[in-house]
Amino acid sequence: MNAPLNTPARLAAHALCTGYGERQIITDLDVRVPDGSFTVIIGPNGCGKSTLLRSLVRLITPTSGAVLLDGADIARTRSKLLAQQIGLLPQASIAPEGITVIDLVSRGRHPHQSALRRWSKHDEQAVQEALARTRLTDLTTRAVDELSGGQRQRVWIAMALAQETPILLLDEPTTYLDISHQIDVLDLCTSLQREGRTLVAVLHDLNQAARYATHLIVLQAGRIVAEGPPAAVVTAELVGQVFGVAARVIPDPETGSPLIIPHAPVFT
Amino acid sequence: MSVKTGDALAPLRWPHAIRPLRVGRFSVRLEVRAAVLTVVFLLVALAVGVWSLTVGSAGIGLSEVMSAFGGSANPGTSRVVLEWRLPRVVFALLAGAALAIGGAVFQSITRNPLGSPDIIGFSSGAYTGALLVGILATGSTWSISAGALAGGLLTGVAVYLLAFRQGIAAARIVVVGVGLSLFLSAFNTWLLTTMRLEQAISAASWGAGSLADIGWGQTIPVLIGMALCVPVVLWFAADMRMLEMGDDAGRAVGVPAERVRIVLLLMGVLLVALVTAAAGPIAFVALAAPQLAMRLAGTPGVRIVPAAVFGALLLVVSDLIARTVIAPVQLPVGVVTLCLGGAYLVWLLATAGRRAR
Repeated sequence: MNAPLNTPARLAAHALCTGYGERQIITDLDVRVPDGSFTVIIGPNGCGKSTLLRSLVRLITPTSGAVLLDGADIARTRSKLLAQQIGLLPQASIAPEGITVIDLVSRGRHPHQSALRRWSKHDEQAVQEALARTRLTDLTTRAVDELSGGQRQRVWIAMALAQETPILLLDEPTTYLDISHQIDVLDLCTSLQREGRTLVAVLHDLNQAARYATHLIVLQAGRIVAEGPPAAVVTAELVGQVFGVAARVIPDPETGSPLIIPHAPVFT
Repeated sequence: MSVKTGDALAPLRWPHAIRPLRVGRFSVRLEVRAAVLTVVFLLVALAVGVWSLTVGSAGIGLSEVMSAFGGSANPGTSRVVLEWRLPRVVFALLAGAALAIGGAVFQSITRNPLGSPDIIGFSSGAYTGALLVGILATGSTWSISAGALAGGLLTGVAVYLLAFRQGIAAARIVVVGVGLSLFLSAFNTWLLTTMRLEQAISAASWGAGSLADIGWGQTIPVLIGMALCVPVVLWFAADMRMLEMGDDAGRAVGVPAERVRIVLLLMGVLLVALVTAAAGPIAFVALAAPQLAMRLAGTPGVRIVPAAVFGALLLVVSDLIARTVIAPVQLPVGVVTLCLGGAYLVWLLATAGRRAR
């Protein structure tokens, strides 16, 4: 069930092992992120989802193996060059006190700037576009700490968009958001993917993953147990085996993608 | 979220505080208020500096100061102005700037307004070094400076190593530093009690931080050190700002976090060490100047240049107070900055408490 070897994949991991200290989290993992896909990593808590995502952008150094971008080990890529290719929406970031929306979003341009060229025409365009995509154009002069949680997440996404990377990784982008903002974020991801970007996200909600992903990676205890298009991957057996949940899988009446419905509990 | 690219994009609206500027191939987002305040602080600091050349027991007026600069004053006046007072004023300006830059770097890296070299053990370590030299060696000015330098740098290295665990977490630097600082203070008190009386007095007067004995011999090394360190700090200032958003966010925009942090910490420690070695630990300039400049300029986060200029102003004013407030007796400038710093801390805690939700 591996990603077909004939699809091109700029970003890939080869024999990747990583962990914190003695604790091994990811063991001998091979993965290819298909170009132009919206790849979603799912798995139970502690299975190494975030660790894998963070390894893909060098926030964690592998203990052995490598992450390859265009065939070259990213461990040896210059930080700025890597940041021009791969963007990241981290799980938690700190907005400096009192910073305005536009100031923060502009920071996404950092990897494209030099010491004396800190605001080119192109920088301006990229920020304009990122703000428009996230519907923040009217909020540019507001302080980020005064915004709602959903708006704040849009600001961080706008910053990542302003970076204009062909590959964008998102670490649990929907956590702490209400349902409408979750849908907002996921719809934006899909429209970015349709324009040709490659997206990789860690999600907790299996049904959202099954609906939005074009490519699913299922992790369990640091290993890939299934991989492929949601319709082929998400089955009742898999949900039972990986998440320990007895469930029915039916076609989503809206989209036809797999929909997981846990069995009703039996109270005796 | 479905605005298509290709739609006409609205022009960017910037807050009043920021103005993008482009000149030829150079471009910058200028923080207007910070820039204006920097110029104002600088002019005031220089004015205070010039005026303080006229202050003292010799009764030298502004016109005589000017003629001393012009070379037309009598030798006595020239000597007082150019050999005694000028180096002290220049030192106050430079040292204030160096301490403030050191403080700004520490506060940015630890993401903590209290993350100054004072708080995290550097000053205590320098004092320990000076005291040990006083006990073990002859206690000449130069050896005390060297001892202070070594003590401060070793403390810096110790904090770094103790706080290091697969990369260095911002909060851990402060916690480890405060712990080490308390330990060293206790050790220093014990050292003082074991010294002979006159040794203890000279050590304690060094420990208060004073500009009374500053001449060109102490000022030139600070100037050279700053000429080497400050450009490095400025070069990494933008990277430093990115790391304020967290290591992940900083790395995501291409900042090699660990490397930038080591270089900046080293520069911060060196800048403060240079000043401390020459004049003793001068409290609170490093702590207060960056924060006050940040609050006055309304910037999100500390800024190097405004902090430096404000630090210079703070120290040159403090030294003027130290020389005049109970003249002819001179207070150590460290005592003045300590009083100002205490007032500042109370204000900081009071306003921070009020803003906390």
